[in-house]
Amino acid sequence: MMELTNPLLLTVILINFFTLGSARLVACIRIVAVQGALLALLPLAVHGFTAHAMLLSAGALIFKGVFIPLLLLRAIREVRIRREMEPIIGFVPTLILGALMTAGAFLFADFLPLAAEHHDGLFVPTALATMFSGFLLLITRRKAITQVLGYLMLENGIFILGVLLSEALPLLVEGGVLLDLLVGVFVMGIVMNQINREFSSIDTESLTALKE
Amino acid sequence: MLELLLIFPLVVAAISLIIPNYQLRSWLLPVSGGLHLLLSISLAMEPFTLTGVWLGLDALSKLVLVVTSLLFFGCALYAVGYLEIRRDRGNKTMVPCLLIFLSAMTLAITARHLGLMWMAVEATTLSSAPLIYYNRNKLSIEATWKYLLICSVGIALAMLGLLFVAYGALDSGSPVSLQLDTLLAVAGTLSKPWLHAGFVFLLVGFGTKMGLAPLHSWKPDAYGEAPGLVGALLAGGLTSVAFLAILRGVQLMSAAGDGAMARQALLGMGLLSLFVAAIFMVRQPDIKRLLAYSSVEHMGLLAIGVGIGGLATFGAMLHLINNALTKGGLFLAAGNIQRAYSSKRLTEVRGAISVLPVSGTLFLAGFLAITGSPPFGPFMSEFTILRGIFANQRPFVGLLVLLFLALVFIGMGSTVLAATQGEAAAKTSDFRDRLLLCISPTAFILLVLLLGVYIPEPLQQALQNAAALLEVQP
Amino acid sequence: MFGNLVLHLAILLIFAPLLLGIITKTKAWFAGRIGAPLLQTYYDLARLWRKGFVFSRTTTWVFLLGPVIGLAVPLLASLLIPFGALPAPISFEGDLILFVYLFGLSRFFTAAAALDTGSSFEGMGAVREVTFSCLAEPTMLFALLVLTRLSGGLSLDTLFGEHLISSWQSEAGASLGLIMVCLFVVLLLECSRIPFDDPNTHLELTMVHEVMVLDHSGPAFGMILYGAVLKMMVLGALLVRLAIPWNTGWWLSDAALFLAGLCVLAVIIGVVESIMARLRLPRVPQVLIGTSLLSIFALVLVLR
Repeated sequence: MMELTNPLLLTVILINFFTLGSARLVACIRIVAVQGALLALLPLAVHGFTAHAMLLSAGALIFKGVFIPLLLLRAIREVRIRREMEPIIGFVPTLILGALMTAGAFLFADFLPLAAEHHDGLFVPTALATMFSGFLLLITRRKAITQVLGYLMLENGIFILGVLLSEALPLLVEGGVLLDLLVGVFVMGIVMNQINREFSSIDTESLTALKE
Repeated sequence: MLELLLIFPLVVAAISLIIPNYQLRSWLLPVSGGLHLLLSISLAMEPFTLTGVWLGLDALSKLVLVVTSLLFFGCALYAVGYLEIRRDRGNKTMVPCLLIFLSAMTLAITARHLGLMWMAVEATTLSSAPLIYYNRNKLSIEATWKYLLICSVGIALAMLGLLFVAYGALDSGSPVSLQLDTLLAVAGTLSKPWLHAGFVFLLVGFGTKMGLAPLHSWKPDAYGEAPGLVGALLAGGLTSVAFLAILRGVQLMSAAGDGAMARQALLGMGLLSLFVAAIFMVRQPDIKRLLAYSSVEHMGLLAIGVGIGGLATFGAMLHLINNALTKGGLFLAAGNIQRAYSSKRLTEVRGAISVLPVSGTLFLAGFLAITGSPPFGPFMSEFTILRGIFANQRPFVGLLVLLFLALVFIGMGSTVLAATQGEAAAKTSDFRDRLLLCISPTAFILLVLLLGVYIPEPLQQALQNAAALLEVQP
Repeated sequence: MFGNLVLHLAILLIFAPLLLGIITKTKAWFAGRIGAPLLQTYYDLARLWRKGFVFSRTTTWVFLLGPVIGLAVPLLASLLIPFGALPAPISFEGDLILFVYLFGLSRFFTAAAALDTGSSFEGMGAVREVTFSCLAEPTMLFALLVLTRLSGGLSLDTLFGEHLISSWQSEAGASLGLIMVCLFVVLLLECSRIPFDDPNTHLELTMVHEVMVLDHSGPAFGMILYGAVLKMMVLGALLVRLAIPWNTGWWLSDAALFLAGLCVLAVIIGVVESIMARLRLPRVPQVLIGTSLLSIFALVLVLR
């Protein structure tokens, strides 16, 4: 099953690049949904068809691949936003920074004291790269919805690491994590809607009144 | 029994959604709060610690459980009166969210599996976000967004920390698990770099939730814009829960023999929090933001207490209780003042004692308590912490702490005295002190006064047990 | 050796214009039309050759040099690369650099010819074309670097040799996939296809390549057209070899396989042209930089 994980993880990294460079919100939401769905296949690929893995995959697929994108798409439909504005450091510098950090993640993973079976794999670098891309999206973008997408990517990266440690994360906890994610996105969607109602935009540059 | 404690607030929350009567819905809160308090106290009185795979109560969790439950009961009583005068906003969101919040906090306190604890802390973030947004204006929406995003990212980093800790067990032959008792047993065999990295991320993640500097930026905004009772719950209850989460990390590091490193980190962050709080409290014109920075300061004190160890840890445990109760009283009184003046800034709020005799006096008394004046409780706990610092041969740290505390007293004092004393110059609304809105803050401040004079023996024992858990050596 | 050279040139010269016909047919089929016949390009070339030259009085010898070099360069470049399993007639160490910069040479002379007319219109097109090609150059070089690392040699013949089969099946397969995508993007750019440039447009604001060749007529235009299809075949040959790395041993079946691959590639280009719209001009550099980063990433993967 290991041969299947490498293309999966590489596609995840490609999706990171796409999201960093794209300005079309609907495309970004869909592609992060695809990333979540691909990651849902990861437990099956790593641990085989055990009950734990199958339930986890099914849960991740439904939550990350179906429900969360539905919530986000509904949120932007109500807000009627389709394009992201130029991020704080510009699209091209964001892409370059993301690529540099992905390369850095690959190099850094070689220095980490990993367990023997994870040493030459793609798991740890992909997880680090995805986390960093999510973080980058969170801090450089202006629209609230892209910040939520950044948060989702951060969680995706942590999920990859969690797949390696599935003995430590029993099904109850993983289920709880996914549920938290779903409710979190739901609450964020509602708050975004309210932001739009108050400010007529979801540009977080207008959320700077509170100081000191 | 523990499961009952968790489930019944959720059941009541579901019931509240279908009850049509407004008053009845509000009264659900103190009723469930009271039940929760009685159950918690009876569970805490059991002499032995309950430990299961998923849920359990040890000395630390018993302490935090009783304090949080008491705070919730008081705020729930206040909520009935508050929701009565806020009929324009309604209580259809506030009541269920408060009850879910209670359930999530209880789960975080009683969890024995760190993953479950993580999930519960995230659930508290999500259930408290709609509460901050209760006032539905531009400023509170900004505060809610910042709170939601910063705390969620912080908690995601805490999850990363948990995964690192679990990874440390991979090559060592011990079982890979995040169950607390299993982890404590095998702590010595965990791979050191992974354990340390995990602790750092745990500290950063849960420290964001607790409000330690430099991760405190959401606190002034969230506490400032939320209604008084929400602020009280967040400042007294949620911070204690987040502190408990960090203490689990300290327990782990101590069991692995690296307690010193954990303590150094906590000490550093604690001093930084004190420093930041002291600076921002001087000339702070907004009374609720003032209280938020005070919360940062006291979180810093808690961190310093645990960071020093020994007698100071006992002081920190005592301070947990004192801080929670005093903050409860302060925030509720501040909420009343804001209602009367329709503002929380010093430009409008003057002479609160003449307009609202009870709330104004409570606010003044709360200020004296929280800055450590005798005979109030925080004086005892801060004094104990300082004694611990000097007993541990750290005079420089002790002097710094004293300096910052003095700065805080001056800064907070100037704002509070200006707000409470003098003539009421500005126009006030026709809100005046009423029973339900004053009984809880009065009770809290009186309790704090009592704790300053006399600590009952069972409580002393409980605090000793809690402190002892943190001093475990391998 | 000589037979190889003749075969190479024959395949190139005879079959290149067919590719353009396939692309046009695919686009027409997508649009529900019947479209121009498959051999239309041959008819066009014949027609253009029979016409006379029309030169502007403001141009010099540089103006004629553009089309001539545009025709000569793909011919020379094709001699450096293998056509499928047929080896390259001319190959030496480091010829991949010559390959990349031969195209640079032709681009320079096309731009110079455009500027030679003195019209600001052509200047605008030259600027755009040169900028985009500059951004595509790193992609090309990094893709070739990945192949260098995998094969261990520095000649294009070795880069596309038989080791590709084992490379595809190993961990480097992902990198090969990535550089195929990158090379496809470079192909679309260099041959001025959608989404980077519209080959059918004649509006000022939207032309990039078209505007540079606006002033040529008759046989000069025929040379440009022929040079363009030859360039498409040469760049496409790289992609086809990457996708079909097998050797059958017999030259006829190798050639047939190669041509079949090229036809499929032409169909794919036609499909891409039909389903995508042209990118807004400011987006083109962003996409190109993204592709460069992809190829750098492929290189990082191979270097691990």
